[in-house]
Amino acid sequence: MSVARPLPHDAAALHVAGQARYVDDIPTPTGTLHLAFGLSDVAHARITAMDLTAVRQAAGVVAVLTCDDLPGANDVSPSVHDEPLLAQGEVFYLGQPLFLVVATSHLAARKAARLGRISYDERPAILSIDQAIAADSRFEEGPRIYSKGEPERALKAADHRIEGQIEIGGQEHFYLEGQAALALPQENDDMIVNCSTQHPTEIQHKVAEALNLPMNAVRVETRRMGGGFGGKESQGNALAVATAVAARLTGHACKMRYDRDDDMMITGKRHDFRIAYRAGFDDEGRIEGIEFTQWARCGWAQDLSLPVADRAMLHADNAYHLKDVRIVSHRLKTHTQSATAFRGFGGPQGMLGMERVIDHIAHELGRDPLNVRRVNYYRAAAADAGASGGSISAKKNDRAPQLTPYHMPVEDFILHEMTEALAERADYGARRHAVAEWNAHNRVLKKGIALTPVKFGISFTLTHLNQAGALVHVYQDGSVHMNHGGTEMGQGLFQKVAQVAAARFAVDPALVKITATDTAKVPNTSATAASSGSDLNGMAVKAACDTIRDRMAAFLAQEHQVEAADVVFADGEVRVGGAVYTFQEAAKRAYEGRVSLSATGFYKTPKVAWDRIRGVGRPFFYFAYGVAVSEVVLDRMTGENRILRCDILHDAGASLNQAIDIGQIEGGYVQGAGWLTTEELVWDDKGRLRTHAPSTYKIPAASDRPGIFNVALWDGENREETIYRSKAVGEPPFMHGISAFLALSDAVAACGAGYPDLQAPATAQSVLQAIRRVEGDG
Amino acid sequence: MTKINMTVNGRAVSAEAEDRTLLVEFLRSGLNLTGTHVGCDTSQCGACLVHVNGEAVKSCTMLAAEAEGAEVTTIEGMANADGSLSTIQAAFQEHHGLQCGFCTPGMVMSAAALLKDNPKPSEAEVRDYLEGNICRCTGYHNIVKAIMAASGQLDAIAAE
Repeated sequence: MSVARPLPHDAAALHVAGQARYVDDIPTPTGTLHLAFGLSDVAHARITAMDLTAVRQAAGVVAVLTCDDLPGANDVSPSVHDEPLLAQGEVFYLGQPLFLVVATSHLAARKAARLGRISYDERPAILSIDQAIAADSRFEEGPRIYSKGEPERALKAADHRIEGQIEIGGQEHFYLEGQAALALPQENDDMIVNCSTQHPTEIQHKVAEALNLPMNAVRVETRRMGGGFGGKESQGNALAVATAVAARLTGHACKMRYDRDDDMMITGKRHDFRIAYRAGFDDEGRIEGIEFTQWARCGWAQDLSLPVADRAMLHADNAYHLKDVRIVSHRLKTHTQSATAFRGFGGPQGMLGMERVIDHIAHELGRDPLNVRRVNYYRAAAADAGASGGSISAKKNDRAPQLTPYHMPVEDFILHEMTEALAERADYGARRHAVAEWNAHNRVLKKGIALTPVKFGISFTLTHLNQAGALVHVYQDGSVHMNHGGTEMGQGLFQKVAQVAAARFAVDPALVKITATDTAKVPNTSATAASSGSDLNGMAVKAACDTIRDRMAAFLAQEHQVEAADVVFADGEVRVGGAVYTFQEAAKRAYEGRVSLSATGFYKTPKVAWDRIRGVGRPFFYFAYGVAVSEVVLDRMTGENRILRCDILHDAGASLNQAIDIGQIEGGYVQGAGWLTTEELVWDDKGRLRTHAPSTYKIPAASDRPGIFNVALWDGENREETIYRSKAVGEPPFMHGISAFLALSDAVAACGAGYPDLQAPATAQSVLQAIRRVEGDG
Repeated sequence: MTKINMTVNGRAVSAEAEDRTLLVEFLRSGLNLTGTHVGCDTSQCGACLVHVNGEAVKSCTMLAAEAEGAEVTTIEGMANADGSLSTIQAAFQEHHGLQCGFCTPGMVMSAAALLKDNPKPSEAEVRDYLEGNICRCTGYHNIVKAIMAASGQLDAIAAE
């Protein structure tokens, strides 16, 4: 029974019937209380007084908590303990939680939370990248710098040079299900928390700290999220801790869900970046020397900003061999929401910086950007290279892998073939010609086309996170109970891993019960993040299933006096020495033979080792690849624009479930294109986020998706030994959205002679400014 | 508090509620019909879409009292009488028209309202009709495909 089948999402039948439960749908005990935060009205101030009398007197209010009322640690940071649950004397952003209202209903809590009278001694707020640079407000002592070769010398020696800068906006996650948590107090001060989180272990850890409990007294369960995208990696901590603390203090179950506006005001978003570049290149556009300076606006607390900014540096090369390169990264501290994980985790920003340089070089030389890409691509993987990477010793060999700016050999580069295949499939050459023809004959509507590659590193860059556990039971009736540390947020992880379990026992996937992520079943898990879910948990589940299968085989082999290796699991049957049992019969026999049918499984990713300070090592087990072509049209008079067509060829290795993987690619592209086109976050000069609802923050709608949208999987397998040779697919397709942005740049370039210098997001306004720029130069 | 009466999924219901109670809250908290979701709280995202007297309505933008005496259908009432999935529901499952599933009930209800008035919509009409339903996961491709399939027009999209 092959593992690779395009089966529907495991909960699809529940979803279409409205029967799938999210946190807010779980039946609650009588007397459950509801929570809301009172929020700061200013970006930076010392709190001189908090008058909460009116809050306490409001209808339905049971309790009001400030930082002085907390039983344990006042901290919800996932990293360096710099993020108080409730402000402690000073506020650091507009929207920061100051006090916690516990009331008899969601509405009563929210209404009361507006009644706090806070007196502030306001201080200057650092909001923008420019203000942070001027004040030298940053995390870490200074910039991180990764380098290779002699970039200054190479830049000076090059025939051509450009320099430029791009502003890259942030992005709101807009998971359709807002943040939510439900805490259920237990005997002996234990606590159970149901939480919409990508990281149940982190929730367990923070709740235990807040309640002064060991981790074994806190159990966190997550059946599913209504979308995560990185926004539920650390941003659920505050709600989980708040509900647990309130449950401890009141003795009642406590629930909290952010209203959408509160969610957008309180939680962190994708980091916005400024990336400056200087590049030297030859007549063909081959890059001789290059320097990037990246500034990331991290917000008020460190959260995950250091690894995000690291990953931006690690993707500054994207798919291109940069011989002489320097990447400088500044992590700026500002009085805004604490920017956090978001699909791609800094990779998209770093990659866009590189693709922007290619676009700029091509414009400078008057060449097709695709040709500039191709001459800069990493060398193709040597056909004979084994997974051991044994070819590194042959350094003089011109087939030896080339090194990334962080000195990791690129051993699996397949973009030459993929680019050729997609260019042909999407008819790139002829369409580029047709776009030029169109632009020659149309004054108002201008078209553009761009083909962009993605090379995305797979593994957590914090090496110890690359581990996973699983727990599998086979019951005496042959049904299978599967549990692992990964969480389901819609990406189809549970379905893919269930297919792995079914394949190991050679049974129908319907026999495998998928169960909620539970810190009491599998401990010490990593966040479901970094696209790692199926790689890590698939392997852990495989290990657990194989342990049970081997025990069953050994038992049956002894019964039948054959070798264990001769026991065959196939087609829902177990064949041994001429006997054929159904899997159910085999499980029953094993049970009656007193064989343990429960096992844990564990996996840790091999080969990864990385020094993030020096910027040297192998942070990634492998790379996932893809190519996309987008074609757009814009209105020269208004800057309005549409994506006309998109073709994508994406590498998911030997896909575990083609339908689910293609769904990730389609959704990733649309989300990525949204980031770079319509989705604009606007803060005013007081630090107030002005786009805190979908009325003002424009997420792609059904009609925004390209009219023609062809997505295909690359037919290949992972050269590394991953689960059934598949590849991670969560984040990499997001960056195909870059093709839409650069197609817009191409269309703007058709409006005049100058370089568009398009800034992201390319809203109609941003496009119009770029058009005026090239017209002025023309 | 007012006593509100309506018919929900073919069943007469009656419950006390504050005058300000929204229909979505009445359904979710009062009747425990939690398949109708709250996504944005402000009538933009469509996760709370239900049918009131056959019309598509965002239930976070209507007071429960306004539905007094009305026939209300929620996602829980969309399956066939024998409990099997309706054509539209089955199409969403089969054509992978969902990922996280949070928008799905609203999408199914929206699709049903569209197909009632326009049984053979063009793909453009489907996209246009879904303007008030946000999905953050799928990129909409498979949602549109599922609705085209449910209207017996899978060929129209396959030929794209």
